[in-house]
Amino acid sequence: MQRIRVWRVSATDLIIWGIGFLIGGIALWGTIATLREGLYTSSDWVSFLIFGLAQGAVYALIALGYTLVYGILFMINFAHGEIFMGGAYIGYFVARAFDESGFLDSNPILALAIIFLVAMSVSISMAVALERIAYRPLRRAPRLVPLITAIGASLFLQYSFRGLFGTGIKVYPDVEILKGSWQIGGVMVLRIHVIVFVCAVLMMAGLYWLVQRTKMGKAMRAVAEDKDAAALMGIDVDRVIVNTFIVGGALAGAGGVLFALYNKQVIHTMGFIPGIKAFTAAVLGGIGNIPGAMFGGLFLGIFESIGPPLFFTGLGVPSPNQLKDVIAFSMLVLVLIFRPTGLLGEVLTEKKA
Amino acid sequence: MRSRYLLISIVALLALIVSACAAPAAPPPKEEAAPAEEFTYEDEWGVVVIPAGEPLRLGFVAGLSGAGIDVLGLDEKRGAELAVKDKGEVLGFPIELQVEDGQCNAEGGQTVANKLVADPEIVAVVGHMCSSSCIPAADIYDQNHYSMVSPSCTAPSLTDPATHKPIFFRTAWNDKIQGPAAAKFAYDVLGVRKVATIHDGSPYAEQLGQEFAKAFEALGGQIVAREAVNVGDTDMRPVLTRIKAEDPDLIYWSGFVAEGAYLAVQRADVGMEDVYFMGADGIRADAFIEAAGDAAEGVYASAANPGEAGPGMEDFLKAYKEAYGEDPIAPFHAHAYDATMLILNAIEQVAKVDPEGNLHIGRKALRDAIANTKGYQGLTGTLSCDENGDCGVGSVAISKVENGKWVVVSD
Repeated sequence: MQRIRVWRVSATDLIIWGIGFLIGGIALWGTIATLREGLYTSSDWVSFLIFGLAQGAVYALIALGYTLVYGILFMINFAHGEIFMGGAYIGYFVARAFDESGFLDSNPILALAIIFLVAMSVSISMAVALERIAYRPLRRAPRLVPLITAIGASLFLQYSFRGLFGTGIKVYPDVEILKGSWQIGGVMVLRIHVIVFVCAVLMMAGLYWLVQRTKMGKAMRAVAEDKDAAALMGIDVDRVIVNTFIVGGALAGAGGVLFALYNKQVIHTMGFIPGIKAFTAAVLGGIGNIPGAMFGGLFLGIFESIGPPLFFTGLGVPSPNQLKDVIAFSMLVLVLIFRPTGLLGEVLTEKKA
Repeated sequence: MRSRYLLISIVALLALIVSACAAPAAPPPKEEAAPAEEFTYEDEWGVVVIPAGEPLRLGFVAGLSGAGIDVLGLDEKRGAELAVKDKGEVLGFPIELQVEDGQCNAEGGQTVANKLVADPEIVAVVGHMCSSSCIPAADIYDQNHYSMVSPSCTAPSLTDPATHKPIFFRTAWNDKIQGPAAAKFAYDVLGVRKVATIHDGSPYAEQLGQEFAKAFEALGGQIVAREAVNVGDTDMRPVLTRIKAEDPDLIYWSGFVAEGAYLAVQRADVGMEDVYFMGADGIRADAFIEAAGDAAEGVYASAANPGEAGPGMEDFLKAYKEAYGEDPIAPFHAHAYDATMLILNAIEQVAKVDPEGNLHIGRKALRDAIANTKGYQGLTGTLSCDENGDCGVGSVAISKVENGKWVVVSD
């Protein structure tokens, strides 16, 4: 009996698998056609890869915030994109002031360090306030309640910034030491991309060390495993949850400044799209899983950058770049069809799922 | 018992009132005698009645939020406000603008249009600002017979005989004019032969890009890439790398400030800093120069031709500066002024005041009066509406950023 049931496939499964293979097939067909056409040189492909890595590194930093909070509270903090925005936004005012006083040019490293610190502390305060005001009172409420609250908090923050600072575009000043490019193996690599990527990787390594090697990280892992048991062992669960929001906020704030340093423009709506993308990245990698969020972010960034020319050029699709988001979300669909727990996700226990 | 008497007396009183109303022969209890001849005002599409003492209200819709959109909208709002101030009143009725944020997308346009048509005292609408907002809104206004005059919806489809809605008018040009003007400039003056077009997926940007491409190809040029990005995208390097593979001489961007600035800045990152960058009225605002910084130098953009300006332009610019403390911040202030004036003048022609002092405006009559506008001396030139709702002058000038300022280089 058992064996027979294993091989029986329902109609829904068939349709879903069909969709999956269709998407995969189109992508494969497009790829072959593009490569045969040979419009792009290999250095173009390397460029695409590097753009994707830089963008993906920022996605990863935000995605970590989603994943950390999900891992511990099993809620999706949709206001996380606004925490990212808040850091970048306040960092702008510091950067502008430094630029006007000439400090940014005379002492760029120190100035950048201060900008990062300010942005990260703003993001941390926002995250902690959010947890205290919006989420903690709802700790025992049904799961849908904090989710809706998060969406509300996201809009509240967005429109507070709009009200406080206006709707105009703010532009980060140019930093001399971040400008220019390097020639690496015949490929022009922008310095800022390398710096963004290296900073992000360092921060992720730091996070990994924090979670795996420190007492605080141990407490976080314990709470993620079982809140009640952890409380019985003498761990202050509220404290650990606040710590989680602090770590997530700091990463988002740093990500915000990195994003603003290489994209320049800051506006109150800037958190929305990266927030959604980072959430996608977290799900791609397996939500609740820290290396998964890092990997998912980079993976998504690279696919968004390489995907449009690779899959669509050969198929003769006009203006493929417009379909960037289609690629990102189709990939999410594919992963969820073939690996519902995400690329690096463990098999979820009943409680977590 | 007492309550029953009360009830009977109320019923009796009501009966008395009803019979008094029903019987015209009965002398009115007080008030002056009925008017000698009855006031009638009928209109196929219905009549807006504004009670004496209340202001005449026009809807004003523009994109007042969003990255790089808000400056365009604010500029239009100021133009419309100055028109209201200059006009002062219509037949003794003060004028009021009901300002709404129609954003720059279909949802915003529909939401605001539905809100305005729910208010029967809104006479007509100045707006909307973006074609993506205008197109669905025009459907809603058409069903409810509200006339609209847009200062800046330039998409060709809006006044195409096949898709034109009778209530739609515009004081802006049709992009059938702007696109070719830009193409001619690029081909003749800049001497480029290979162009990549990029739009942002909005009807305005897409249609403008197509008009440009059509005209440029007709001149003998070649469109080597037709690209598109999404509104809200920030990393344009992949799309620019793609375009670079086709080696264009000029990038033609038909969208708005935010994405335009990303493109202008990031083209240096992929080694295309020497490629010309050209935009349209969507980027010809100081906000673009601010957002793009040094990369804005040498960027071209097409917009209304100040050389065509009507006689009132100088006073208008003075009044603008006086009222808002700065020079116009985007290209469509004068078009908004003219759009507002067009409606107010038409109202003046068709409105009637009844003996009680209420203002009556027929919606069909108003629409016809706007459509019959011929040779009106506006700020943007001499306006005449054609049968498809195009009232604009349609003269385009090309500007260039020089030393951090937009300077007209060709008209």
